[in-house]
Amino acid sequence: MRPVYAISGGVSKFVKARRDKTFQAIVKEAYDYAIQDIGLDFPTFTRLVDGSVASYFSDHFTRQLMAGIMAQDYLGLTPKPSHRVEGGGATGGICFQEAWKSVASGHMDVCVAYGFEMMSHVETWKGNEFIALASDVSFDYPVGGFYSGYYAMMVTRHMKEFGTTVDQMAAVSVKNHINAFYNPYAQKRNRYTVEDVRNAPMVAWPLTRLDICVMSDGAAAVILASDEGLERLEAAGARVPRPLVQVVGIGRGTDAMRMADRPHVDYDEFMRDYATEEERSSDETCAYYRRLWQRGTRYPGVHSFRAGRTAGNMAYKMAGIYHPLQELDFIELHDAYTSSEIQTYEDLGLCRYGEGGPFAVSGKAFMPDIDYGLKAPEAPQCPVNPSGGLIACGHPVGATGLMQGVFAIWQLQGSIHKHFGDATLQVKNAVRGAIHSHAGTGTYVTVSILERVI
Amino acid sequence: MAKLPNQREEKLGGYIVHGVPFPVETTPEALAFLKKMAPLEIEQEYRITYLHSYGQDSPWFAGLTNRRLLASQAASSGYTYATPRGHDMYSGEETVWIDITERPAQVHAFTVCYFGSEEFLPETPFVLALIEFEGVNTLLLTRLMGVDPEQPTLEWIGMSVRPRFLRNSKLKPTDVYFIPAEKN
Repeated sequence: MRPVYAISGGVSKFVKARRDKTFQAIVKEAYDYAIQDIGLDFPTFTRLVDGSVASYFSDHFTRQLMAGIMAQDYLGLTPKPSHRVEGGGATGGICFQEAWKSVASGHMDVCVAYGFEMMSHVETWKGNEFIALASDVSFDYPVGGFYSGYYAMMVTRHMKEFGTTVDQMAAVSVKNHINAFYNPYAQKRNRYTVEDVRNAPMVAWPLTRLDICVMSDGAAAVILASDEGLERLEAAGARVPRPLVQVVGIGRGTDAMRMADRPHVDYDEFMRDYATEEERSSDETCAYYRRLWQRGTRYPGVHSFRAGRTAGNMAYKMAGIYHPLQELDFIELHDAYTSSEIQTYEDLGLCRYGEGGPFAVSGKAFMPDIDYGLKAPEAPQCPVNPSGGLIACGHPVGATGLMQGVFAIWQLQGSIHKHFGDATLQVKNAVRGAIHSHAGTGTYVTVSILERVI
Repeated sequence: MAKLPNQREEKLGGYIVHGVPFPVETTPEALAFLKKMAPLEIEQEYRITYLHSYGQDSPWFAGLTNRRLLASQAASSGYTYATPRGHDMYSGEETVWIDITERPAQVHAFTVCYFGSEEFLPETPFVLALIEFEGVNTLLLTRLMGVDPEQPTLEWIGMSVRPRFLRNSKLKPTDVYFIPAEKN
């Protein structure tokens, strides 16, 4: 595999409903932004790009099959190669990685990954039904198909098993909403308190409306290139910022569609197959996990995402990361629920399994110069969801994982001020960041590591 | 030769639009002004009835109609699935059916849904639960009855429960639901 650079990106403003344009035209907003940001005009980029990967989750939302080719067509990219990917909530993350593969393999020198979702064409409860059809329609959906319900079940187990509290979850919502206050692309730019989150209408106990991301209309696009592709673009006048942003690691994991089917493995199997290198090499952590298992914990059960841990470990290994909390400068992760952000802290090795709740309020995942109105005992170490995440930015499924890629590129280029019109969310001296995309009840998870090449 | 119609027959129904604001003359200025026009929205209906086969899982549903709760087991290892699978995910071998109706069971995780998908909105609030069974390796998603959905508590986790079956089977996984073991 050869080096792949993430050179540019664009995002449409995520909103509840875009009535003014069809999905193709909204994709074009993001696509045009990415092209213009490297100083190329549309015809020149069209001539130089080798192909694309299209990302959208549900044919139901648009009542349109083969929407990918309609976007490809509208962007003027026909007859260049393209394909659509779909993997639930991780669709955008998978798209990013498939575009990476197209370039890394040598099949393409310049590949654009674009994605979208138009969720406003149906009422929220019908949208919930479409999303719930991404659960087993023989055994899960008919029982009361509702993803917020599935995630609520996971977190009641997490609470019972590890003592995680609703206030810890609410702190995640407060953090992400306040981060998004400075992000003009975010759908919800509100300052909330823990009390606001807990007093919001209960959706699926213990998750309130402010613990849960919203449905959105939106699109995002990322341009990836090889050294040869970069040379080609720059010879045509492209101005690609230096230092470059390279994709230095990708990982992907899966798990059973029905979360009831997830295994409950013993301590030895966990340490052998799932523990991070850092965990394995710490006697204290081994002893901690042994105590958890003696108390009855089994892995992953329904409280943890083995796909996320697998994806993280794979990406870290490829990127040479041993201590993620110290070696990553920020993470954009899939916080469809406040609870899943806490679960994902653990999967990504930012803390140990069972310690996600205290980690959420420790301050380690906070932005350094933002007042959240929360008393954090520790200094920020690795901001998580500096953009505001899905909770506040919105979650137009096929665009979400690519939105994370765009924000990560801008963080590593040091260009947040340019794109947001405000530098508050710029992680200072960001060298390396991770993006994390997640599907179903943890069925597909992708982790990609982006690094500023010095 | 019969006269062929050269005009579509128009019927009442759907949208009947007699006039949408539009320039009287399509001058360049008027056409340019159309860029400021608000989008038109219409309703599109999409209904379909699927014939869904339970395939190799059919006996599980047949069991429910006969008040028996079946599970799948890998004969060689004894690994047992509360939610049936035709083949074991570890050995790849075809599973056999076992009866777990009388197995001790308890709540592993739960939630109360106060909102939901359109199909289930009329049933809110309802309690979803994952049930664990003694000697069974995986869980079963079900509805939990006999608890107050307005007073959820983590104490429900670990509560002993037992299955109850609908008298009038619908051939759905909701033909079985669970209630606290001590309730009648």
